[in-house]
Amino acid sequence: MTVHTATLGALRLHPSVAVRPEPFGALAYHYDTRRLVFLRHPQLVDVVHALHEHADLDTTMDALGVAETLRGPFQRAVANLAEACIVITRDSEEDRS
Amino acid sequence: MTKLADQMKRGLDAPICLTWELTYACNLDCVHCLSSSGRRDPRELSTDEAIAVIDELRRMQVFYVNIGGGEPMLRRDFFPIIDHATTSGVGVKFSTNGTYIDTDAARRLAAMDYLDVQISIDGADAATNDLVRGQGSWDTARRAMDALAAADFGEFKISVVVTRENVTQLDDLLAIADGYGAQLRITRLRPAGRGADTWHQLHPTDAQQRDLYHWLLERGDRVLTGDSFFHLNALGDPLPGLNLCGAGRVVCLIDPVGDVYACPFVIHDEFKAGNVRDPGGFASVWNSSELFAELREPGSAGACASCGAYDACQGGCMAAKFFTGLPLDGPDPECVSGHGAAALAAATTAPRPDQDHSRARARAAAAAVPVTLGRR
Ligand code: SF4
Ligand code: SF4
Repeated sequence: MTVHTATLGALRLHPSVAVRPEPFGALAYHYDTRRLVFLRHPQLVDVVHALHEHADLDTTMDALGVAETLRGPFQRAVANLAEACIVITRDSEEDRS
Repeated sequence: MTKLADQMKRGLDAPICLTWELTYACNLDCVHCLSSSGRRDPRELSTDEAIAVIDELRRMQVFYVNIGGGEPMLRRDFFPIIDHATTSGVGVKFSTNGTYIDTDAARRLAAMDYLDVQISIDGADAATNDLVRGQGSWDTARRAMDALAAADFGEFKISVVVTRENVTQLDDLLAIADGYGAQLRITRLRPAGRGADTWHQLHPTDAQQRDLYHWLLERGDRVLTGDSFFHLNALGDPLPGLNLCGAGRVVCLIDPVGDVYACPFVIHDEFKAGNVRDPGGFASVWNSSELFAELREPGSAGACASCGAYDACQGGCMAAKFFTGLPLDGPDPECVSGHGAAALAAATTAPRPDQDHSRARARAAAAAVPVTLGRR
């Protein structure tokens, strides 16, 4: 199953997720599902942290000036994070785990 | 080799897989005990010191800690310690033989968030299990599982060390887990602790390792493995997981007296990086010990360099090599390309595990195992 970020709309980090900076980007851990996920680019970490301030992923990436070449990879990465419930849509803020 | 794996080899700002053994005290005498537990050590961390360790883990953003022992529930401050951890955002996965999980304890555990419980058994029936874990330990573990189920704990884990005796029972073990709505976790037997004495009789044969590999390919999505079978990757398609020895890179151990080792399976001076009581505490041991810096250097493939499977298997497990007397930059004693047996034959002496808290009774039982295992 693939989640298309275009259809996700407004996003945010799941409240039960902690993000720890690492040299390669960050580790994200979901306390409810016990899933550990790698964010493999420092700017992807910034994007994930800024999601809740913007209308959707695209506008978040615009605001952070994400380079054209990184937009595709970041879209796929955020789709995976959505599948893992690390990021969720803002109208479903209750725990969906 | 992916970029991420390279990055992990250089180490992380904090461990992913941190094991913390709360006590060397244990009511059982398992013949493969990786920490040679039995008697409490008078130098074990006090409650205040344990709380300080948790506070430090929280500051380092360690997401969860694997608590073990010995039998961790033998510590009188067990519940205060895990309460403090889980309420400070350090999740707890704890391993127990189940002896002290009665109705009350099960209810108490079920009421906590961010807590996973792992009950150890080493066979799908009393006979197979009790051979390794001691008379009556099967019934004890099943009672604990019943108590957790009755308390609606949810999905607990059943943890099995794969041996020559139980490797044929994996489907039965899976059925037991399914019966409880529990999750099966299977890990590799290493020659650590009392296991150094029993490994030669208990580790799966070459043929069994191949069967295990195929079983994992087929059923692997239904079991947890702690990524511990990556030496089998040399047989073909890689098993899912981090394919590397994480010792000192993403893995480490804090033992009951606060000593920090590269991995729970290498309790030996050579792999001791420091102590949480040292100035700077655990963080400074993790970030600046010489030993961990060394382990984070790219390793040489040594005698494995000429093997086409090195990328897949990474030469296997450092602990398994160390305690069987093999060079650390050569094949694993269970090398699936068949280089383990020759290496073992060439090894003269193996280092002894350093800490031994076994009760005398346990030592005798361990020594008697070759005879007992003649059963089949
Ligand atoms: S020789 Fe070394 S790399 Fe090759 S399969 Fe054996 S342990 Fe793995
Ligand atoms: S020494 Fe063995 S058990 Fe320890 S981290 Fe390395 S591979 Fe895993």
